[in-house]
Amino acid sequence: MSDEIKESMPFLEVKNLIVEYFTSEQTVHAVNGVSFKLEKGKTLGLVGETGAGKTSIAKAILRILPDVGARIAKGEVWLADENITRISEEEMRKIRGKKISMIFQDPMTALNPVQRVGDQIAEVVSLHNSGTKESFKKRAEEMLEMVGIQKERYGDYPHQFSGGMKQRVVIAIALACNPELLLADEPTTALDVTIQAQVLKLIDNLKEKLNTSMVLITHDMGVVATHCDDVAVVYAGNIVEYGSKEQVFDHPAHPYTIGLFGAIPNLGRDEEWLHPIEGLPPDPSDLPEGCSFHPRCNYTTEECKAGTIDMLATPDGHQCRCIHMDRVLKGEV
Amino acid sequence: MLRYILKRILWMIPIVLGVAIIVFTLMSFCPGDPATIILGSTATESDLTAMREELGLNKTYIERLGTFLYDTFIRFDFGESWITRTSIKAAIIERLPRTMLLTIATLGLSTLIGISLGIMAAINQGNWKDNFCMAFALIGVSVPDFWLALLLILLFSVKLGWLPAMGIGGLQYYILPAMAGCMGGIAALARQTRSSMLDVIRADYITTARSKGVPEFRVITRHALKNAFIPIITIIGTHFGKMLGGAMVIETIFAIPGMGSYIVTAVNSRDYPVVQVGAVFLAIVFSICMLGVDLIYAAVDPRIRAQYGKKSRKVKVNA
Amino acid sequence: MLNTMAGKTQIKIKKKSEFMRTLKQMSYNKLAVFGAIVFAIELILVILAPLIAPYGYAEMDMAAAYQPPSWAHLCGTDDLGRDIFSRLLYGGRYSITMGIFSIGISVMLGIIIGSTAGYFGGKVDNIIMRFLDIIQSLPGMLLTIVISAVLGSGYINTILSLSVNGIPGQARMLRAQMMRVRGSEYIEAAESINCSKFRIIAKHLIPNSFSPLIVQATMGVANMIIMAAGLSFIGLGVQPPASEWGAMLSGSRQFIRSSPHMVFFPGLAIAITILALNLMGDGLRDALDPKLKR
Repeated sequence: MSDEIKESMPFLEVKNLIVEYFTSEQTVHAVNGVSFKLEKGKTLGLVGETGAGKTSIAKAILRILPDVGARIAKGEVWLADENITRISEEEMRKIRGKKISMIFQDPMTALNPVQRVGDQIAEVVSLHNSGTKESFKKRAEEMLEMVGIQKERYGDYPHQFSGGMKQRVVIAIALACNPELLLADEPTTALDVTIQAQVLKLIDNLKEKLNTSMVLITHDMGVVATHCDDVAVVYAGNIVEYGSKEQVFDHPAHPYTIGLFGAIPNLGRDEEWLHPIEGLPPDPSDLPEGCSFHPRCNYTTEECKAGTIDMLATPDGHQCRCIHMDRVLKGEV
Repeated sequence: MLRYILKRILWMIPIVLGVAIIVFTLMSFCPGDPATIILGSTATESDLTAMREELGLNKTYIERLGTFLYDTFIRFDFGESWITRTSIKAAIIERLPRTMLLTIATLGLSTLIGISLGIMAAINQGNWKDNFCMAFALIGVSVPDFWLALLLILLFSVKLGWLPAMGIGGLQYYILPAMAGCMGGIAALARQTRSSMLDVIRADYITTARSKGVPEFRVITRHALKNAFIPIITIIGTHFGKMLGGAMVIETIFAIPGMGSYIVTAVNSRDYPVVQVGAVFLAIVFSICMLGVDLIYAAVDPRIRAQYGKKSRKVKVNA
Repeated sequence: MLNTMAGKTQIKIKKKSEFMRTLKQMSYNKLAVFGAIVFAIELILVILAPLIAPYGYAEMDMAAAYQPPSWAHLCGTDDLGRDIFSRLLYGGRYSITMGIFSIGISVMLGIIIGSTAGYFGGKVDNIIMRFLDIIQSLPGMLLTIVISAVLGSGYINTILSLSVNGIPGQARMLRAQMMRVRGSEYIEAAESINCSKFRIIAKHLIPNSFSPLIVQATMGVANMIIMAAGLSFIGLGVQPPASEWGAMLSGSRQFIRSSPHMVFFPGLAIAITILALNLMGDGLRDALDPKLKR
């Protein structure tokens, strides 16, 4: 069936995306040639440290980078068979909230403080559907109940809600028009640990019901392990390792990925210390030559410090941006 | 909410009384003998004594203050002007609407132009439109209104002959005065609107609105402006006061017989009862306006409304 | 003992560098520098008025009355044949000093009232604030007019009536600042070592409330100059024949049809001064704004 063919071809494809921010003194290279594909109904985890450019990737896909000083310098974003970097702003606006929607990192500031929460959900419904005011309101109430908030609280304002409940409202807004693609930008970072699990479960359930594809941005390898199908590890605006969850988790080939694993506690092994990655992420306005990870890497040789490092195929078929991956895979230092 | 409004109205009573007491006290320190001012320097000593008796000047300060407050606030008898010997009440009834019309026209004009310029500057941050708006605002705060008034008269009345230079008649008589008085307001509002819009426009909930597919115009008007509004309302409120005060100069230049020119003439001719009552009246008008500002805060921002719901009393006055 | 000495010198060094940093920050702002230069030139011209002015400020020449601007009379002459440019130079002495002195007085009284309210809080604060509420429910210009009616016209009296008008604003701002710093730890630290209240206010609270005060005062000078001119304009304030700018405007009003230059130049002088002061104030505010610090 035609449906099945569609399922197997990439639903979202990002090709060589470059995002830059300009200030009067300098240019910040936030995203430097990111490419990935995502199939219908699947979840891709974008993993990396704070400031690696993950949020910029998501905002660039939705074309909501800040007006002043930010631009998509190069690259294409294909949604199904449409290049959405080329379409008009008006057409893009119709896609936002309808086909692609986004869940933001900080629920405390993501809701308009002077608008009723119900109205904030109803607004997105009314923008993308035709109907009466009552029908929009009814849909918004449905969404509230779906995310576990009583519909009687339709008329409340954000300041009357707790952080977890605000995030539920944000999720309700994002899912109100049954989007085909969900960009979840660290949806649980700002929440308490107990609520984190609830929120993620909620997103998973809703996603399953609507067969939505998702890009899940996180810095938490644990979240990736339980919620993603594919993983892309982002470092300094570049994908340094990309493959299925199993491939990346079982055979990490990039020193940075290994570093990320080292930085989470493993309860199975009896370890005294975590192994944080030494040093700090590079300044995106002044990236090092060659592999941008080389100043912090144990495998660095002279070859790492010049030229561009390309994505290479690993023995098990995923991709890694490291010329020393054979040594890395064998565990030599 | 209703209880809050009631409370605020009750709070106006001590304020207005306080203003009345302060103005009365200041006026009682004024140099010169009232009887001589009324009757002129040629009056006989016995006439002067009789006049002092009539004015109650031989009574103590407290008694006179009591009489003034009682007459003004209980009997609504504002007395007469010393110079013209006419009823102050009648004069106020005739003049206050003119001052209100002038002030509201001025305020309306500055709000409309000021907020538009501010928005235009904010959404064009950094380019020539922004620079133009801010240069205009900067010049606007720097030009004294009375000078601008004279220049406007020079251009529109003397050179072009389009608008009347002074007096009252139809609405066209208020155009030049409103234009002269609105510059300061435009400038302050444009700057405040720009800076609070810039604060708001970077806020996460604006990104959320964009990510929902809200059209840009609606993002600005519905989401950004409503949030940026609180500091703007404060400026509008303070400018209402400034324009009431400015009306004294503007009305004098354009010979508009309103409250402002009434008070200025009274001060210059030492007609103290007029100054007293006039000042108290303008203070009442100003207080009502500030009450309005506070209520608009509550209408715009649910967080402030929530505070009023509680018993808190201190939040509002300090704003 | 040695320790406190060391501490003191350190604080002094820090303060100086803070001041220098503010100046440096301001020097990046071209408009602010421009404003400062204009104001400085104006100050020099006004101070050296007797040396620079081509004519005396009361020097009449009826034969040369109502002359439009020319090389002999840069800004023309008035109805009595006095040179307007020279009068403006002398008049600036009134306008500018009235602005500076009146804001100086209101800042001083504002500091005393505001810091008392802010530091003691409670009942004292409540009484002071309610009193300021009352004063501020009189529109500013009205209050000034009423007070100058009581005090009478003239240079000193006008300064006094202007400064009363400025006090509530300064006091409120200082109080707000003080409320903000009062809770901070270094004040608790000072209290814990038994500093007297006066000492805490004078040595800790006021210096820390200083930067917004300076900004507001700079802008305040501009505001006061406009108000002073406005007062003179409506017949209060400084009276003709003194060549205060507002009084000059007021005196030339009746000649607006025949000799517009008589109206134009005094107003321009006010506008340029205010513009320069506002540019400086803006620059100072930006330089002192920690949010904008890089």
